[in-house]
Amino acid sequence: MSETETMPARTLFEKVWDAHVVAAPEGQSALLYIDLHLVHEVTSPQAFDGLRANGRTVRQPLRTVATVDHNIPTTPRGLPITDPIAAKQIEALENNCREFGVPLFDMDSADQGIVHVIGPELGITLPGMTIVCGDSHTSTHGAFGSLAFGIGTSEVEHVLATQCLPQKKPKTMRIHVPGKLAEGVTAKDLALGMIGRIGTDGATGYVIEYAGDAVRGLSMEGRMTLCNMSIEAGARAGLIAPDETTFAYVSGRRFAPKGKDWEEAVADWRTLASDADAKFDRVVEIEAASLAPFVTWGTNPGMVVAVTECVPESNSFAQESEQRAAEQALAYMGLDPGTPIESIAIDRVFIGSCTNSRIEDLRAAARVAKGQHVNPKVRAMVVPGSQAIKRAAEQEGLHRIFLDAGFEWRESGCSMCLGMNPDILQPGERCASTSNRNFEGRQGRGGRTHLVSPMMAAAAAIAGHFTDIRNWQFH
Amino acid sequence: MQPFRKHTGMVVPLDKVNVDTDQIIPKQFLKRIERTGFGEFLFYDWRFAADGKQRANQTGDFVLDAPRYRKASILVAGKNFGCGSSREHAVWALADYGFRAVIAPSFADIFSNNSLKNGLLTVALNDQQVAEIMRRSKQVEPYQLTVDLETLRVEDRQGFSASFAMDEFSRHCLLHGLDDIARTLQHEAQIVAYEASHLMRAEMKAIGTVK
Repeated sequence: MSETETMPARTLFEKVWDAHVVAAPEGQSALLYIDLHLVHEVTSPQAFDGLRANGRTVRQPLRTVATVDHNIPTTPRGLPITDPIAAKQIEALENNCREFGVPLFDMDSADQGIVHVIGPELGITLPGMTIVCGDSHTSTHGAFGSLAFGIGTSEVEHVLATQCLPQKKPKTMRIHVPGKLAEGVTAKDLALGMIGRIGTDGATGYVIEYAGDAVRGLSMEGRMTLCNMSIEAGARAGLIAPDETTFAYVSGRRFAPKGKDWEEAVADWRTLASDADAKFDRVVEIEAASLAPFVTWGTNPGMVVAVTECVPESNSFAQESEQRAAEQALAYMGLDPGTPIESIAIDRVFIGSCTNSRIEDLRAAARVAKGQHVNPKVRAMVVPGSQAIKRAAEQEGLHRIFLDAGFEWRESGCSMCLGMNPDILQPGERCASTSNRNFEGRQGRGGRTHLVSPMMAAAAAIAGHFTDIRNWQFH
Repeated sequence: MQPFRKHTGMVVPLDKVNVDTDQIIPKQFLKRIERTGFGEFLFYDWRFAADGKQRANQTGDFVLDAPRYRKASILVAGKNFGCGSSREHAVWALADYGFRAVIAPSFADIFSNNSLKNGLLTVALNDQQVAEIMRRSKQVEPYQLTVDLETLRVEDRQGFSASFAMDEFSRHCLLHGLDDIARTLQHEAQIVAYEASHLMRAEMKAIGTVK
């Protein structure tokens, strides 16, 4: 009998977890080693201050990678930052990186971008890693089969100082998606459908592993979109076992292993998949064929219906607290129950964010926009996730398609996903957005956000209201 | 970190489920580079009109600003409190405002972690218990609760009593206000050993050369 046969069956998550346990002190949380710590301007200044106050240094500056994304403007680079408080925060990150020796892709860098976009794109994010960042959408990196989760600023300081993090071991959930996504149904729709099914706290306390043919069939961009939204179901992390699609994406990237190192790495990554008889604490099955293009109608990502449906009645919810939440959401969103989703007119469109700003997302949106024109009542913007994506899109001529159709083509950043920079909704404005959160005021005070896929957003921009992409006449 | 042992204080009911961190502290206040001073911005969009004036709507003042709840130090809310963004600013705002504990049926994971690091106690009770506290805090004036981390009990003076669970290690850290980082550094030898057997790849070292 070989040694592997005597090993208990383990999940992908457990394999990555076990490989990073530095210490497991009795009666305490395990101490995990963190391979990569991504840093941005908003959640780090207080952490660096904490280091200074205690005379500590950054233990592993080269396992720490910083960029600016949350509050930078998306107007042409070189223009001054008009918000003095944002400028001060950006300057604080620059100073902190210089003082502590942390590599920084600053605003003028050719590699700047949303932190969860540039990690994978530069080959910094790799399978089997532990990755943290002071941002809840760190779950994005789980698409590579890494254990990646968001942390608060105190934990940012902890990782800066020790490169480790004490963590309670989460439970495991397998979300199995058999079948094939239909044309016009994307990873975003799978994510929204999943959250609609299990709820915004359905995976609290769990790490999700996504599996099944529909997940295998996703590109890396699609997998990142899906894992990105794990946190919207309450899971700090969502993982997908690495496979040929993963290796093909990572191969040749700037900081990825090369030559003999590459061969060894791939051999190692192949062992990460969950063992066939590994046990999960919870299993959820979602038939790919049951999914449609989705549109959120309320103020959290679980308040979602298919584009062909109507805004629900609040009394269609079982619990009294949920009914009240639905009533409040409908009042905030300015929607009447029973309104067909396709009849809802929009004012703004945002294509961007760490959820949907990658080249494949832009290609999908451009395919819809090609030869069309944005409805005169709509203002639509496209914000690429990184400078590299912007360049790639321009090389392909996607920016021409968008500009000719009347979309704005902007510089990279988080932008209107959270509206920390000047890209915000005005009170009462209704937006079709490819981002991840439709919370009250998320995109601007009083703004009304509907989450959709990039294709659905582009189609809404042109139609002036939501429309089923499956009926779209492509030019 | 401020230790938490036992606290008696006024209770304010925030009768909503899924209160996200964007509501607790809206984005426009995340640009500050300090850890302090966030309390005045707590639930800003719910408490204040766009012009910064305190909001009075059909249902009256936002519950935090109703005179009877102004001195509250214990917040009771619906399930999945603190969901969404990882912003620790949400916890800083609650603590700076004067809250010492939040009671709800459930909390988002990152919010719970952030609370632990700041001496803000998150107490998970079942739906019925939370509903009962919610009811009493609306009916009884003034309504106070005692949250005792040593005995793991929540009690009022009118006969309500409930026990709550917390993992022993988190409880220990909160009771003593322990510095997490110092404790991790006690494992220095193990961290060094781990690093020695997991060397950084050559390609990744090149990241040090970015400007």
